[in-house]
Amino acid sequence: MAVMLALGLMVADHRFHHLDVVRSTLEVVIYPMQYVASLPAQWLRSAQGHLDNEVELRRANDDLQHENLVLKGRLQQFESLRAENMRLRDLLGSSFDVGERVLIAEILAIDLDPYRQQVIINKGTNSGVFVGQPVLDAQAVMGQVIRTNALSSTVLLITDANHALPVEDNRNGLRTIAAGKGPSQELELLYIPKNADIRAGDLMVTSGMDERFPPGYPVARVKTVRQDPDNPFTTVIAEPTARLDRSREVLLVWSLNLNPVPPTTPPALAVDAPAPAGNH
Amino acid sequence: MISQQSMRWMVLISLMLALFLTIVPLPPVWDDWRPQWVTLLLIFWCLTLPERIGVFWGFGAGLMLDMFTSGLLGQQALTLSLVAYVTITLHARVRLFPRWQQSFFVWMLLLAERLLTLWILGATGQPMPTLAYWLPTLVGLALWPWLSISLTWLGQRTGAL
Repeated sequence: MAVMLALGLMVADHRFHHLDVVRSTLEVVIYPMQYVASLPAQWLRSAQGHLDNEVELRRANDDLQHENLVLKGRLQQFESLRAENMRLRDLLGSSFDVGERVLIAEILAIDLDPYRQQVIINKGTNSGVFVGQPVLDAQAVMGQVIRTNALSSTVLLITDANHALPVEDNRNGLRTIAAGKGPSQELELLYIPKNADIRAGDLMVTSGMDERFPPGYPVARVKTVRQDPDNPFTTVIAEPTARLDRSREVLLVWSLNLNPVPPTTPPALAVDAPAPAGNH
Repeated sequence: MISQQSMRWMVLISLMLALFLTIVPLPPVWDDWRPQWVTLLLIFWCLTLPERIGVFWGFGAGLMLDMFTSGLLGQQALTLSLVAYVTITLHARVRLFPRWQQSFFVWMLLLAERLLTLWILGATGQPMPTLAYWLPTLVGLALWPWLSISLTWLGQRTGAL
């Protein structure tokens, strides 16, 4: 009887997602225990922090200040570039509001099912987290939220074998899909024709075609491009730019408006404007 | 019945501890060698208290394990119920085995649990694990005698058994 029950549960959870409510309630109960389990790793980390000597701290501080300066310098340009970009998009009649709100969450230091690439973070629906929300780290896209409860959420990483997201080549706008490959921490870029212009080292960024990930965030860097005789497409393997197994803090992103804003210019002008050629 | 009460607490606490040990992060090198704590504990209690701990304890422990590791709900519940069932059915014979022979019986059970999990992974279209998938059963085999000796000792000390 327990076997039938377990089988029923599995089918209900896997196929129909009937149990999402039950699950999120149970997860609230479980969360404190998961939190307790993550404590030893936290203590270890803070102990390490106490043992760092002054020289190292000073050096780390110097590095951070240096990095901060560089980033601030880039940010000065960013504001004007953004304004310019909005103006140009206005001219093309395809304005996107790219405003975003972010929240920092922390990853619980616990090991989950080793054959799924997922993590638990310490923010839930109480902080406004929703299913399908993009999750980033300081470098790039990490994944998306697949389950939430009041206190915590589960994030599916982009390297999970069940995850795929639309991306484009930052160099020439070539669109493709980045699918996870499971435990190997790699991504495979799908459906790239044999003659496509793609090279090792190309940066792939989100294209925003899924209306879930905001466009323009880095995802992965192409590692190898191979022509396999048995594959009708080019075999392209890419490495995520996000530090999936090393980050401790993640950014949750709310896109304030992903839908195209209706063109503000009269249609006549939009016809006169040169058509977007697919590369920018 | 003080002894019954304390026995139930001991089972619960040891299973909780096993759950914690399952999700406590380890250095990546040791990660592949993490024994199946919950399965081991469940087999021990099924052998020691076959009239109290049974299939539904297995089911409950499995469900908790699924929640803890945020895997497919019911996956471990199924495998652990079956493990508990087999242990209960054979407990009278296995309890008489010398300890090293018992270890091999436990090893078979651990292997069966892994095999069932593998089937479920395949049936739900999850990625196939590598050969390192089978390593924890060996650790379990080596761990069993010590686990059973220390738990029996602890049980007798606290008067739960």
